[in-house]
This record gives sequence, C-alpha cells and structure tokens, in this order.
Amino acid sequence: MIILPSDVLADMVDHARQAAPIEACGLLAGTGSTVERIYRLTNVERSPEHFSLDPREQFAAVKDARGRRLEILALYHSHPATPARMSAEDLRLAFTPGIRYVIVSLADPNRPVIKGFSVSNGQPVEEPVLIT
Amino acid sequence: MQIIVNGKAVEAADGITVAQLLVEQKVQTPEYVSVELNGEILDRQDFATTVVAAGDQIEFLYFMGGGAR
Repeated sequence: MIILPSDVLADMVDHARQAAPIEACGLLAGTGSTVERIYRLTNVERSPEHFSLDPREQFAAVKDARGRRLEILALYHSHPATPARMSAEDLRLAFTPGIRYVIVSLADPNRPVIKGFSVSNGQPVEEPVLIT
Repeated sequence: MQIIVNGKAVEAADGITVAQLLVEQKVQTPEYVSVELNGEILDRQDFATTVVAAGDQIEFLYFMGGGAR
C-alpha cells in the first residue's frame, strides 16, 4: 500500500499536466508506507515516451530527504497518453531495490488515473494507493 | 578505516576502490549506478581505479528511468 496525502497527489498531477506532452518524473519521500514529501525532478530525456532522472537532482533529493529523516519511498512518472501500467521499459529499468512506483496517466486529461506498483522478480505487483 | 556510505558509517579495507565498495554494498548492476565521492559525481569508467580514503563520503544510487511503452 502507498498512502498518499491529497496535496502531494495534486502536486504530482499538476506536475504531469505542466510537463505534458513530455513525461514528468520525480520522487516521493516519507516513512513506512506514508508519503510526506514530493520532489519534482527533471526528465533529462525530454521525451513524451521516455524519462530518466537527473542524477544530480536525484542525489540532492535523497540527501534532503535523509536530512528530514525521510526515506525515498517511490519513483513517480507520468504516462501522458497511455494507461497507468508498468511498461516493459519501466520494468527493464527497475533497478532500485525495494522502491515503489507511482504512475500518473493522462490518457484522459480530465480524469487522471494514479496507480501504484512494486516489482517482484521482474514482474509488476499493483500496490493500492490510499488517498488521505 | 571508516567511511560514510549513503549517510551511514561503514568500515572498509584500506585501499578499497569504488568498484570494490559497490560489490561489498551488494550492488548487482554497477553499470546502472551513479556515485558521488565527497560531493562530486564520478565518471563510471573511474570506479575501478578510484581509491577511497578514510573519512570519504560516498553516495550511490541507481539509475531511475522508464517509458510509456
């Protein structure tokens, strides 16, 4: 389960909409299963179909979260025109142990769909997202 | 010697390289890891030749990326 405060959710959807048609990406930090903080990061690919985080921003976010006694719980990114599912590329590049994934789909721009996943043995496992 | 890895104090052998340290840290995909040594990002090609010194601060993280297809 991923517990997502509504203000973080709104921030993430806003980021996805601002970035569209480019994929937006960032990190969600918190404790346990509860997200407390969002880090909007740069998609260095600047692509509507691919993303990768800027390592300098990634290091900065990790260190900032640590300073706040938070852990990086999830990587989020948007799918501007496709469903909120783990793509083959998402799975192929899922290297970070233990991290969860949140995908924001803007396939219907008026009704964003948010789904959470973990990856086990290379396969996606849907994680319920509880909005608080 | 003592070094700091991802914010935690770690004992490491004198003369250990960054590449060897990643093995000790159980990193299985070093080709997809970025390393910062005392605040500077290291070129991946230098992992095997960069020797870590006592008190060094090392951060490492995995590449994060993906796509819609």
